[in-house]
Amino acid sequence: MPHIDLANDVPGIRSLALFRPDTGKELYRLAQVLLRDDSPLSQADRELIATFVSSKNECAFCTQSHAAAAKYLYHNDASLVDLVLADYQNAPISDKLKSLLTIAEKVQKDARLVSNEDIANARSHGANDRDIHDTVLISATFCMFNRYVDGLATLTPTDAQTYKDMGVRMGELGYNPPSNNG
Amino acid sequence: MAHIKINEELPGIRSLMDFRPETAAPLNALAEVLLRNNEGLTMGERELIATYVSSLNDCTFCQNIHGAVAAYYLGNETVVKVKEKFEHSTISNKMKALLQIATNVQLGGKYVTENDITNAKNEGASDIEIHDTVLISAAFCMFNRYVDGLGTHAPDDPEMYRFRAKKIVEETGYTHSSPK
Repeated sequence: MPHIDLANDVPGIRSLALFRPDTGKELYRLAQVLLRDDSPLSQADRELIATFVSSKNECAFCTQSHAAAAKYLYHNDASLVDLVLADYQNAPISDKLKSLLTIAEKVQKDARLVSNEDIANARSHGANDRDIHDTVLISATFCMFNRYVDGLATLTPTDAQTYKDMGVRMGELGYNPPSNNG
Repeated sequence: MAHIKINEELPGIRSLMDFRPETAAPLNALAEVLLRNNEGLTMGERELIATYVSSLNDCTFCQNIHGAVAAYYLGNETVVKVKEKFEHSTISNKMKALLQIATNVQLGGKYVTENDITNAKNEGASDIEIHDTVLISAAFCMFNRYVDGLGTHAPDDPEMYRFRAKKIVEETGYTHSSPK
């Protein structure tokens, strides 16, 4: 049960955006710009970073919903998502993406841990300023979303199909705030 | 030196907002809605929560700028005392209960207990006040990481923060504050 009366029975972040639409609108706009609009990182890779950070924060709702979106966007390579969550250093992804996940992991723990060596390593694998910027901000943003969703104890569905459907919607439509009209 | 090429003359988050205006727009709009609103929590109380969480995350730039804005509303002594140990400060019991929730959100969302929520409600906190406290704490766990994760510069001079805080309060808010 959520910690406060949200006056709706939808899960996760959507229940919060319905409860307080004026903050919900800006949070969805931020997600859309960061995860869907222009970036040197693919939409799938950005969803993977969001999933990875959510799993470090042990946020079940965000991990499962963004994992589903990442799988949808990776199409035939969907299986890499679970491999990254289990052990990203040995997963079938580029060295560049591994070096960016290392940065994302440090931002999640304590942003001051990001070192000049981490940045130099990412650059040596081809990462540019925008790759690094977007990685840091995606990680930071999910440190917010995860705390928001769990800090108010929002509803977290447990069946896999619900998340699969969410992943399709997130992959096809992106991030639009929910409305009370459906 | 920051980790990416930004205008080094701009401090903290302002250098990042200048680097990437597309994300700056929703970030500023979120700060405006969350912090510059007197419904439920006052603007001073909101800034105090932001300052406290930024001090827990040890983010120099954010705790100084939001500390200066909070001090504008509540006086510097309140801000200093809350950062030292809020339990011993002169703020209301409701604010103490909400700062306890903010403290637990900073550790991780799951650290917020039923007991924390019941305690805040017993001290008169409404659902929207609890909601805003959780989201302010969560949002500063983002802002602090963004600012420090990219190695931005935080000036030492308290006067710079006071000057900027006065400008935010009296003129620009967050939505209309230019990074420059």
